Amino acid sequence: MIEKSNILPQEKEIVLEIKNLNKSFADNHVLKNFNMKLYKGENLVIMGKSGSGKSVMIKCLVGLIQADSGIISVMHKDITTLNQTALDILRSDIGFLFQGSALYDSMTVRENLEFPLRRHSSRFEKNMDTNTLVMEALENVGLAHAVDLMPAELSGGMQRRVALARTLILQPKIILYDEPTSGLDPITAKEIIILMQDIQKKYNTSSLIITHDVDCARAISDRMVLLIDGTNYAEGTYDTLSASTDPKVKAFFKH
Amino acid sequence: MSGISNIKSHIQTFLKEIGELSYFTARFFKETFRKPFEFKEFLRQCYSMGNRSLVLVGITGFIIGLVLTLQTRPTLMEFGAVSWMPSMVGISLIREIGPMITALVCAGRIGSGIGAELGSMRVTEQIDAMEVSGTNPFKYLVVTRVLATTFMIPLLVIIGDAIGLYGSYLVEHLKGDVSFQLYFNQVFESLEFGDIIPATIKSFFFGLAIGLVGCFKGYYCGKGTAGVGRAANSAVVFTSLLLFIIDFIAVFAADIFYDL
Repeated sequence: MIEKSNILPQEKEIVLEIKNLNKSFADNHVLKNFNMKLYKGENLVIMGKSGSGKSVMIKCLVGLIQADSGIISVMHKDITTLNQTALDILRSDIGFLFQGSALYDSMTVRENLEFPLRRHSSRFEKNMDTNTLVMEALENVGLAHAVDLMPAELSGGMQRRVALARTLILQPKIILYDEPTSGLDPITAKEIIILMQDIQKKYNTSSLIITHDVDCARAISDRMVLLIDGTNYAEGTYDTLSASTDPKVKAFFKH
Repeated sequence: MSGISNIKSHIQTFLKEIGELSYFTARFFKETFRKPFEFKEFLRQCYSMGNRSLVLVGITGFIIGLVLTLQTRPTLMEFGAVSWMPSMVGISLIREIGPMITALVCAGRIGSGIGAELGSMRVTEQIDAMEVSGTNPFKYLVVTRVLATTFMIPLLVIIGDAIGLYGSYLVEHLKGDVSFQLYFNQVFESLEFGDIIPATIKSFFFGLAIGLVGCFKGYYCGKGTAGVGRAANSAVVFTSLLLFIIDFIAVFAADIFYDL
């Protein structure tokens, strides 16, 4: 059963904010003065057509792509001004679930989960065992039995869950999901959505979800932003946006 | 007119690539001496590259030694100089043929492998995932692989040379009844440090070139599976060309050095 959490953004602290973000590739202006706020404990869905710049925007958030201009503030730190060391420390507070899972295919599931701990083991108590952390993360996604398998031996849905476990292992405060349900069958997609909700409840994380899957947006969003023509065209809850009479907004909710 | 602009565009692309490769090389040297050192991954790469290429290098070296002796024997016999065979094979294998053939084989085996592996990691966002997790992917993936090829190619060259000389000895033993001790005594008597040192130094540069070009092509691979294929292919082509250029420079430099 997919439930929707009720969070009032006004009462919450802002954990991530984008102001006037611009990004172009040659003559293609992908993001034009894009603005957005993510509140603590909130599930914010960014929806847009394929090629609308959703993935570019989320990659700008973690410094994988350099923005042309604008301010990206993550937990009150402007990432565009941080040096590499400071950025790496900040990144340990941000989990990133990649569209294609991005598991290291030459490593086992265990090694995949241990990899982020190499640089950030200081986040945990000294006597904390790596194996305990790995198993706990895998148990969260129901895949403890797959610990010694290679990514190639897992199904698409299982790979996505392992990737989620790898994202969780550093216990991030913010999780960025890039198309979490794309390429999955409806049942597996539903399982991933439930998992995302469980994680949000258990760790009280703030989540930014990039998707073009309306079902996913309906199930998980507290608030939505529609990214059209590189700008935040519309903003609101699922119910408000789906009831909109604006033809561009309506186009997203047609079934 | 379009032909000229086509040539101009090709030259521009080539020069741009040389510039980018130079920047990549400079970054490699900068990152190599920066902490943290990925020693475990470096050893893993050394083992993997050496292990994967050993049989191929061994077979190639053996056949080269065998063929070189078989092809040269009749001519040397004609001049009554067949006793010079071990010296001739030893010098030509160690100075030139051994390092060059081993490097070309490794460019195909290791260079293309690195190009394809890093290319596939790039298109499946594994390199991005590494960066987001706080690990410097350049240090972890590029520095370890380039260092591994730089140290492993000279080692593979030595092994290839030894097996090549053994192949040559087998022909001499079967055709001329030459003993193992006599054959190798003659080989080592004719060899000087001036033959071995430049060849070894050259092998290090061959290894560096194989690693750098393979990593460069893979790390900046184009999108999709076609991009991965192109990265692997161009890694081999570009490395092979670079190996000949390095060889020419090394021989030329050694020649100037001995003249002095």
